[in-house]
Amino acid sequence: MRFVDEFRDADKAHALAAKITALCEPGRQYKLMEVCGGHTHTIYKHGLEDYLPEQITLVHGPGCPVCVIPMGRVDDAIALAAEPDVIMTSFGDMMRVPGSRGSFFDAKARGTDIRMVYSPLDSLKIARKNPGKRVVFMAIGFETTAPSTAMTMLRAAAEGLANFSVFCNHVTIIPAIKAILDSPDLRLDGFLGPGHVSTVIGCRPYEFIARDYGKPVVVAGFEPLDILQSIYMLMLQLAQGRSEVENQYSRVVPWDGNVVALRAIGETMELRPYFEWRGLGFISHSALKVREQYAKFDAELLFSVPGVRVADPKACQCGEVLKGVLKPWECKVFGTACTPETPIGTCMVSPEGACAAYYNYGRLTRQRVREAIRP
Amino acid sequence: MCLGIPGEVIEFLPDQPDLARVDVSGVRRVINIGLLSDDPPRPGEWVLIHVGFALSKIDEHEAAAALQFLEGIGQAYEDELAALTESRIE
Repeated sequence: MRFVDEFRDADKAHALAAKITALCEPGRQYKLMEVCGGHTHTIYKHGLEDYLPEQITLVHGPGCPVCVIPMGRVDDAIALAAEPDVIMTSFGDMMRVPGSRGSFFDAKARGTDIRMVYSPLDSLKIARKNPGKRVVFMAIGFETTAPSTAMTMLRAAAEGLANFSVFCNHVTIIPAIKAILDSPDLRLDGFLGPGHVSTVIGCRPYEFIARDYGKPVVVAGFEPLDILQSIYMLMLQLAQGRSEVENQYSRVVPWDGNVVALRAIGETMELRPYFEWRGLGFISHSALKVREQYAKFDAELLFSVPGVRVADPKACQCGEVLKGVLKPWECKVFGTACTPETPIGTCMVSPEGACAAYYNYGRLTRQRVREAIRP
Repeated sequence: MCLGIPGEVIEFLPDQPDLARVDVSGVRRVINIGLLSDDPPRPGEWVLIHVGFALSKIDEHEAAAALQFLEGIGQAYEDELAALTESRIE
């Protein structure tokens, strides 16, 4: 194994790698899932897999909110944006995500009024400035962004704003993790818990993983050393036969999360009975919709949303990648038909998608590994 | 959108207690601090910002480390900063 010296504190990384290696039982293979796309990005960017013994495989999870939006929801949003007097507003990350008839960017090029915003509060401002228009915010993301949508709806309600609404696509991480745990395709040994989602939900929601499934969870920070330290904490639990929830990122993540944020979500949104995830199919109670009391801000009620269901392109294996069954480079179209410039699947769109992260950085890692093992 | 970016609280907006001006890598913009109402930050303190909302308080050391990490990420952070620069929260 050869090491890359790409980041500061490489010495500490080597020391952690040695401690991790010492914890490996001879002959045992370990599969650890990093749930969050931000972690995937760090792992590839810094070649962290090169630091780990071959017995440990990192499996990339479904924690990239852009990646799990099904094509049908993109088509629905574009249909909604094309309604009279609508201004659709969206985070930049969403603009290139392909629907079955193109992306937001494509629709914008055809003349549909779709605008990029940094924050839902910017959408609110567009609504205030354009009283004759109906401004819709394309709400996406896990529990990290759901509080901002909730707070924005509360603000709109306080102001009595009548021309602002939310097309709600917020998803929740716990049911996705449970779906993966219940999937027969994959046997995992432990989880690196998401960092920023946990600042909102805290660490308690992961306790079922340790208690009911006997798998350790370590909530992890985003820097290379955070991830290696968290892998060490997982391996130590496995070596000692423990399965607990631990918090490596306690300098940012409080054990109980952000109570104000949870309250705002609970006030304005409720769980849907089910929601379609790209590649993972329908998962019950896995997404949020606008609560009835806030119906006047619910774009799904204000507009006729087609409710399009579109099968993923046959060639695309995002589902397998999102479940961690396939590594990005094992997908049939990876790097050939599907690239960040012309993505077929969502995993290639977001910089946090496993495919884009691997495309941008990981290929170098594999090349280095091949060079290192060449006689 | 997914990146949590550190910002230093500069001042509160006079008649809007939920809004504060912050400094992110030299860019000064207004964000909402309503999610920290249980323990509001003071000017000079650092917060981690997601899509215009401060989600948690962090110390100066963590802010510096997070910033250095983000600057190393490249394009994704540049895109986030560019989006923040366009933002005009009121």
